[in-house]
Amino acid sequence: MYSLCGLPYYWWTHRAKGEGVSDAPIIDVRNLTKRFGDTTAVDHLSLSADKGEILGLLGPNGAGKTTTIQMMLGLTTPTEGDIRILGMDIKTQRRDILQRSNFSSAYISLPTNLTAWENLNVFGRLYGIKHSKQRIQELLDLFEIPHVINTVTGALSTGQLTRLNLCKAFLNDPDILFLDEPTASLDPDIAEKVRRTLANVQAEKNVTMIYTSHNMREVELVCDRVIFMAKGRIVTQGTPKDVLERAQSNSLEDVFISIARDGELKEPVSEEEDD
Amino acid sequence: MWTRVSGMVLRYLYLYRRSLARAGEVFFWPIMDLMVWGFLTVYLQRHVVADAVLFLIGGMIFWDVLYRSQQAITLSLSEEIWIKNVINIFIAPISMFELLLSVCLMGVIKAGLATLVLGTMAALFYTFNIFTLGLALVPFLGILLLFGWAVGMITMALILRFGKAAEALVWGIPFLLQPLSAVFYPVDVLPAGFRHFAGAFPSTYVFEGMRHVLQTGNVDVSMMVKALVLNGVWLVIGSAFFGWMLGQVREKGFLSRLGME
Repeated sequence: MYSLCGLPYYWWTHRAKGEGVSDAPIIDVRNLTKRFGDTTAVDHLSLSADKGEILGLLGPNGAGKTTTIQMMLGLTTPTEGDIRILGMDIKTQRRDILQRSNFSSAYISLPTNLTAWENLNVFGRLYGIKHSKQRIQELLDLFEIPHVINTVTGALSTGQLTRLNLCKAFLNDPDILFLDEPTASLDPDIAEKVRRTLANVQAEKNVTMIYTSHNMREVELVCDRVIFMAKGRIVTQGTPKDVLERAQSNSLEDVFISIARDGELKEPVSEEEDD
Repeated sequence: MWTRVSGMVLRYLYLYRRSLARAGEVFFWPIMDLMVWGFLTVYLQRHVVADAVLFLIGGMIFWDVLYRSQQAITLSLSEEIWIKNVINIFIAPISMFELLLSVCLMGVIKAGLATLVLGTMAALFYTFNIFTLGLALVPFLGILLLFGWAVGMITMALILRFGKAAEALVWGIPFLLQPLSAVFYPVDVLPAGFRHFAGAFPSTYVFEGMRHVLQTGNVDVSMMVKALVLNGVWLVIGSAFFGWMLGQVREKGFLSRLGME
């Protein structure tokens, strides 16, 4: 079903950013605000993502990324603002949106006392997947873990567990995928395999992805566009190349550190001004 | 050595200081035990009860139905929190009604199996035939199952709101009801103030009704009607409280914290 050869991955990492992206925004967030008492976690945030776009949501801990994703998934109620996903309002059509989206995080887990098959079969039912047996086998093959099908999830390695979580995330063939640090705590080899598989699926299905990661090299490789957040606000956004040019920096990691320390992207001082 | 010991003691004291539920546990269980067994002793001292064994075994089997029914909801959802699967469930396109229905059905299965096993064992070892209750058995069990769901929803709402610190409630709340529901003794044994509370729970009428059937062979229909009406009230309260608390949890962002910490 999905191509397992390296061509899609090559295309993915070398493609012109934004290629294959249509005009209508799949995710449209306007003026999103979340206050917890006196603390403003997200402050009048507006963002959009187009079909097939991979949008990196970046920033230091406490920047508001997780809260933003949670509001987009309907786990947390916004204080103000609107979230429209696939043209539907999260307030009134949450279940319809969830039917066509999915989420995977390094920080959540599948029941460890069930086998891989049992876990995926349960979620296949929750998402109303037809022919789930065939679908599960395809996904396990895709993520190169067909041998764990009857293994108890608690006995899987971190790499296998991450890939099983991704199998769950792809079960319903989502239009939108929220990926929260999908390669966190993976060794470089497995992390590369995960990225490669995501690339293959992306090439095949044109899935919109909201991607968070603290690995800036990975972000540069994967994301069409990035949004850097600090203190609940957008500090800078654009293609990784645009952001680097604006910050006059060689790496997103330096940009990240600068934003994490200063809470903003400091304009570089030109040599003339310096003199 | 004592520095290390005091370090560990301090570690547990910090826990109790931060969690009212944990601190309450220190007193809760002994108080509940004292109440149940104390009132039972008072009852047995006051009356020569020929059917005491039947009442106790019947009470025990019926209590288990209520307990299993409540536990099916609270344990199922608590386990999703413990194993960090709760987010996966809450981002799946399943409605709260469907989720609650599934755990309630688990309650029916668990309580049904437990009743079957306990009923068989009671017949074998104590010559207690649960079918002595006749057709009244069905509504009695039904009322206890439904009340267990209502209590389960209230308990789960509190756990969602207060998180892992409130996990003791999973086991604690049913046992708060046990002395007041007059499981092993008649309501008359309770002090007057407690009797008012007892009258608010459908379970009280089931246990009173069970003893009435075992003693007289007749079903007190008025008790059953009261229990059914109260069950309706508690189910409305339970589901409304669960829904309201879930809204609060979403508002305060606790759901994701529960699932990812």
